[in-house]
Amino acid sequence: MKPRTLHDEPLIFERNPERGPRGTFRLPAGEVPPVDPRATLPAEQLREPLDLLPDLGELEVVQHFHRLSQMNFAVDEGLYPLGSCTMKYNPRVCERACRLEGFTEVHPLEPDGHVQGALELMWELERALVAITGMAAVTLQPAAGAHGELTGMLMIRKALAARGDARQAVIIPDSAHGTNPASATFAGYRALEIASGPDGTVDMAALDRMMDETVAGIMLTVPNTLGVFEHRIVEISRLVHERGGYVYLDGANLNAFVGRALPGLMGADALHINLHKTFSTPHGGGGPGAGPVAVSEALVPYLPVPRVVREGDAFRMVWEDERSIGPMRGFYANFLVLVRALAYIRGMGSDGLREMSEAAVLLANLVRRRLEGAYHLQYEAPTLHEVVFDDTFQKEHGVTNIDIAKRLLDHGFHPPTVSFPLIVHGALMIEPTESPSPEEVEAFCEAMLAIAREAAEDPERLRTAPHGTPVRRLDEVAAARSPVLRWRKE
Amino acid sequence: MSVPNDLRYTRTHEWVREEGDTVVVGITHYAQEQLGEVVYVELPEVGRTLDAGEELGTLESVKAVSEFFSPVAGEVAEVNERLDDEPGLVNDDPYGEGWLVKITVSGDGAELMDAAAYEAFLAEEGH
Repeated sequence: MKPRTLHDEPLIFERNPERGPRGTFRLPAGEVPPVDPRATLPAEQLREPLDLLPDLGELEVVQHFHRLSQMNFAVDEGLYPLGSCTMKYNPRVCERACRLEGFTEVHPLEPDGHVQGALELMWELERALVAITGMAAVTLQPAAGAHGELTGMLMIRKALAARGDARQAVIIPDSAHGTNPASATFAGYRALEIASGPDGTVDMAALDRMMDETVAGIMLTVPNTLGVFEHRIVEISRLVHERGGYVYLDGANLNAFVGRALPGLMGADALHINLHKTFSTPHGGGGPGAGPVAVSEALVPYLPVPRVVREGDAFRMVWEDERSIGPMRGFYANFLVLVRALAYIRGMGSDGLREMSEAAVLLANLVRRRLEGAYHLQYEAPTLHEVVFDDTFQKEHGVTNIDIAKRLLDHGFHPPTVSFPLIVHGALMIEPTESPSPEEVEAFCEAMLAIAREAAEDPERLRTAPHGTPVRRLDEVAAARSPVLRWRKE
Repeated sequence: MSVPNDLRYTRTHEWVREEGDTVVVGITHYAQEQLGEVVYVELPEVGRTLDAGEELGTLESVKAVSEFFSPVAGEVAEVNERLDDEPGLVNDDPYGEGWLVKITVSGDGAELMDAAAYEAFLAEEGH
């Protein structure tokens, strides 16, 4: 990385504190005569001049935001091995595709005949996701992964209601994403936690005890958050189906097996796909997301409306369907995210997508091989797309996973996910994805090994890290207990 | 002392102190250590009736959000309102000022452990 000195950047309100007028921006004279507001508006609608608005020149504003962007860490900056988040590279070509005018200038209220291309794109993306998952059909409506979970659970609820079966609970493993119990609860179910067996996968004996006629089904992440494949998934699905339940697969970790395994063959009834993970659309930041849900034949009748249907060479939206759970979102989902995902899938091709998953698994295993011994591994089952170490060895020197994460910033890497999943105390969850070069992954491993040595030799250096960032160790406790959310003039 | 002798304990790391027909409930030293610095405590409403094992409230730390559970069946008699402003009491004094809820007992409780049994339980769990 290019060496550069970064300083803490004052807030925009704190620049030019005396509000000395910069005079760099002049509005042209108006075409209508100016009116004094005090002459026309009632007194209660007038205000005094605001003295807290920043007064800055254009260059100062550009510099301010440029410096802030430099203080950020991004996939474009370096390795971002944030486990469970799949922080892969977003190819620029997908950004270009979704900026084509034909996509950006369509309006959701245009008649179907005006937007055939957009409808065809959605239909094609549905077909592509059907092929990738081996499921019967897909809805593109959900706006994010957890929204997809809710959509799937509501379909399961409706399917059970259709046969007059009011079940009350859903089984969820203790290694699950926190959104799973939340989605099940939101759909009206009680979440029943099932413990992981010694190899980090579902304990079959416990499942056998829990799965009865009061249970609507199971929500299972495959591979799970330990990066471990549920190798008894077919057996699990069979047991749940035999007892009248449904299988919800959390597809958040689909990146581990595209082109290698089909959720449809695993017995899934519903599965959401985080397009921002596996299919490389931009992550979060509160921006628009997409969490399409693929379903088995059993749930097809309950898919949300609207649905795109093809009739000959034409496409149209179906808005009414009695059995549907109804719309989950206004209009047709976050359309431009869908454009990016289809561009990515088409650009990669089926061989490319399989190689993508293989490379992601290979790099995760490279990390595991290099760091094993230096970091403790609670579950030794084979690693897929991510590996979960913990701070057991470093704790002997009074160094925790947080200290390790902070020190990585000094080495120029984004830290891994820490303290999740909860079943591993002091977890360090590393997911390199397929995007980085092997050399970059190697450099990350070298940094992790250097930190492990430092834990023994100079633990204080770790406990006070980071040392080279514009702001140092933040007081997370004070930030949570007494957050300062607004700037006020002193 | 990290496991006081005069209290009884649950497998979900709550402690219980009997005071007549009410019990005081908190979380153990071990539990607060695992959670890390507590930044927010969500307590039940006074007057709520509970079954043993039912969720009583949640503890939020910088690391995670965890539920705590009622060791007995009964009614919420009092909650520790100081925790609204001083959630760190749960860390600083888990067996004293950091107590969570007082419950008027109405029925049988869950099976509780004495200090020795809880210590053995912690050891068995690999802590």
